[in-house]
Amino acid sequence: MHCSNPKNKDTYKDMDNAGKILLVGNPNVGKSAIFTRLTGVHAISSNYPGTTIGFLEGRLECGNSAYRLIDVPGAYTLDPTNEAEEVASRIVDEGAECAIVVIDATALERNLYLAFQVLERGLPVIIALNMVDETRHKGIDIDVVKLESMLGVPVIPTVAVTGQGIKEIFDSIPKAETGKLPMLSKENRWARIGEIVENVQTVTHRHHSLRDKVEDLSVDPVWGAILGIIVLASSFYVIRQLGEGLINHLLDPLFNTLWVPALEFMSDTLINIPVIHQLVIGTLFQGSIDLEQSFGLLSTGLYVPIVMVLPYVISFYAVLSFLEDTGYLPRLAIIFDSLMHRLGLHGFAIVPALLGLGCNVPGILATRVLESPRERFIAATLISVAVPCAGLQAMILGILGDYGLSYILIVYATMVISWVVIGRLLHLFLHGYSPELIIEIPSYRMPSINAFSMKLWFRTRGFLMEAIPLVLAGILIVNVAYSTGIINYIAILLAPVFNGLLGLPVEAAGPIILGLLRKDVAMGMLVSIDMSPTQLVVATVTLAMTFPCIATFIVLGKELGIKRLIGSLMIMIVSALTAGTLLRLIMSLHL
Amino acid sequence: MGEISHDMSITLHMLKNGEEATIQTIPSGECSRRLEALGLRAGKKIRKVSGMPFKGPVTLILEGRQIAIGNRISRRITVFPIS
Repeated sequence: MHCSNPKNKDTYKDMDNAGKILLVGNPNVGKSAIFTRLTGVHAISSNYPGTTIGFLEGRLECGNSAYRLIDVPGAYTLDPTNEAEEVASRIVDEGAECAIVVIDATALERNLYLAFQVLERGLPVIIALNMVDETRHKGIDIDVVKLESMLGVPVIPTVAVTGQGIKEIFDSIPKAETGKLPMLSKENRWARIGEIVENVQTVTHRHHSLRDKVEDLSVDPVWGAILGIIVLASSFYVIRQLGEGLINHLLDPLFNTLWVPALEFMSDTLINIPVIHQLVIGTLFQGSIDLEQSFGLLSTGLYVPIVMVLPYVISFYAVLSFLEDTGYLPRLAIIFDSLMHRLGLHGFAIVPALLGLGCNVPGILATRVLESPRERFIAATLISVAVPCAGLQAMILGILGDYGLSYILIVYATMVISWVVIGRLLHLFLHGYSPELIIEIPSYRMPSINAFSMKLWFRTRGFLMEAIPLVLAGILIVNVAYSTGIINYIAILLAPVFNGLLGLPVEAAGPIILGLLRKDVAMGMLVSIDMSPTQLVVATVTLAMTFPCIATFIVLGKELGIKRLIGSLMIMIVSALTAGTLLRLIMSLHL
Repeated sequence: MGEISHDMSITLHMLKNGEEATIQTIPSGECSRRLEALGLRAGKKIRKVSGMPFKGPVTLILEGRQIAIGNRISRRITVFPIS
C-alpha cells in the first residue's frame, strides 16, 4: 500500500472519526520537522528544549484513511519530571492507533528509554531514527536491521530536514508493531537497552572537530563570556542596522509615495467634516499631515505599526530565530545562570526575557518553562516592568535618537539596572525555592532556511494581526479621551506625582496613562509635548516601566491569577515612580 | 585507557576542567529523575568541559552530548576521576 504525501487540506469532515497517531520523542530530536513533513501543516521547530509545551495537531493522510497526528510535548521519560512530561505521559496513556517514536540517532541509549516506555504501554510503534546524517560526523554507526529485529518494530532512518525517510514512514504506518514488552523496572529497562545498544551501535573515535572546539569554548568561563558579549553586541547591532535599513530604504519611501497622496486627497475632501477628518486624518500641522503626530486612524494609525515598528519586529525576530536555530541560546543560559540565581531564577529565564524584548506577550507565555510558581512570578513581573517591547524600543530609538545616543543608553541602562535590582529584591523577599538548571545542550547546527523563514513569517504575521487593530483602537480611544477632556481630569488628579516627583509637565500624564493601551503609540504622543531631553528620558522610563499595555495585562492576568497580578502591578507602579524620580535627581545633578 | 582509583571519589564540582570521570552517585530527590532521564547514571563515563565562575553551572559531555548542571547539584554528584 503506497501512501501519497498529502498536499490537499480541503475536506475536514473525516476529522471526528479519524484515528489518532502520536508523535513522541525527546525534546530537540526534530519532532516538529517530522510533524511538518507528515501533515503539511507548518509547525515551528527550533533548537532548544522547552518550546513545545503546547501540543500541535494535524491531519495525516495515508491511502484512504485520515488520521489525527498529535505532536506530543518533548519528553525524556514518561515518569514526569516537569509539566511537559506530565502532559506527554497523559496523552500516551490515553492510547492511540499507533505511535511514531522519533529517536535522535546520535543519542541512541537515552532515546530508547522513552521508546521502551511507550512500548511497555502496549502501543503499536514505528521508530523514526532521525538525524542519521549527524551520526557520520560523530563517528557513530547503527545497524538498523539488527535494531529492528531486536526491538521487533519497524525502524526507519530519517533526515527530517531534507525529507529523507518520510515516505517510508507513511508506508510503515499500517505495519506498526507492539513489540510485546512487559512493564519493566528502571534497572531492567536500562539493562535491556544497554544490551541492544552494544549489539547495534559502533562508535569510532574521531578527531575533536572545529565544531566541538567552538562548543567547548562557548561555555568556558573566560571565552564563553567573551563570545557571549560578542554575540549580544552583534545582535543588537544587526537588529538596529536591519531595522533602520528597512525603515529608511523601504517602508518609509513606500508609505510616502503610495499612501500619503491618498491621505492628502482624503484630507482635502474631508476638511469640511471636522469630526471625521480628525478621526481619520488627525490634526494638521501648518496645513500638512505629520505622520508621527497627526494621530488619525489612517495616518499615524498606520504609519506607527507599519513603518516605525514592523521593521524592528522583523529584524528582532530574524536575529532571535537565528540564535535559536543555531543552538546558541542554551549556552547563553549557562553564562547567565549564576546571575539569574541571585534574582531567584535560573539561566534559562534568559529566554523569556529575550522574547520579551520582541513583545512582552510571548515573553510572559514563555515563563511557563520555568518550574516553580515563584520563578514564574518573578520572571513575568520582571519582563513586564523592565523589558521594553520592540514597538516601544523602536519609538525610543527613533525619538530619543534625535537628541543623541547618550539618552538612548541612559534609558537602556536604567532598564537593565532596574531588572537586576527588582529581581534581587523579589528574590530576597519572596519565599519559595528556585530549582537548579539541568539541561541538554544541542550541537551547533546551521539553521535550515525553511524552518527559519517559516518561523519569521509566523512571528511577523502574528505581530501585524495583533498590533494593527490594537494601535487603531488605541488611537481611537486617545482621540476620544482628549476631545472629551477625560484626560485633563486625570492629569490634574495626578499632577502632584507627575510634576512633583518626576518633574514632568502636566501634559505628560496623558500619554503615560494611555500607555495602558499601547506603549509605542503613547511614546509617539510624548513627542508633541514640549520637554527637555531629561524630562523626555524620565517620561520614557516611567512609561516603559509602569502599568503594562493591555495585551500584556491580559496575558499576565491569565498566567498569574488575579491576586498575584495585583501584586505584580503594584510592584510595577512603585518601581516606575522610584526609577523615574531617582533618574530625574541623578540627571539634574549632572547637567 | 586509564586506571580508576576507587579511594578517590570527589564531587563533580571539584573535578578539574577537561578531566574524565565515572559517575559514582546521583543525589536522590527532585533532580534525580531528571538527571537520570538525561542519561546520567552510576557507572557512566563523563568529561567535564567547564565550571562557570560565581557558582555558575557545570558543563559536561556524556556520550558525545553536552549537558549543563546547576552548581548546587554538581556538589552532590560524586564521581571517580579517571587518571
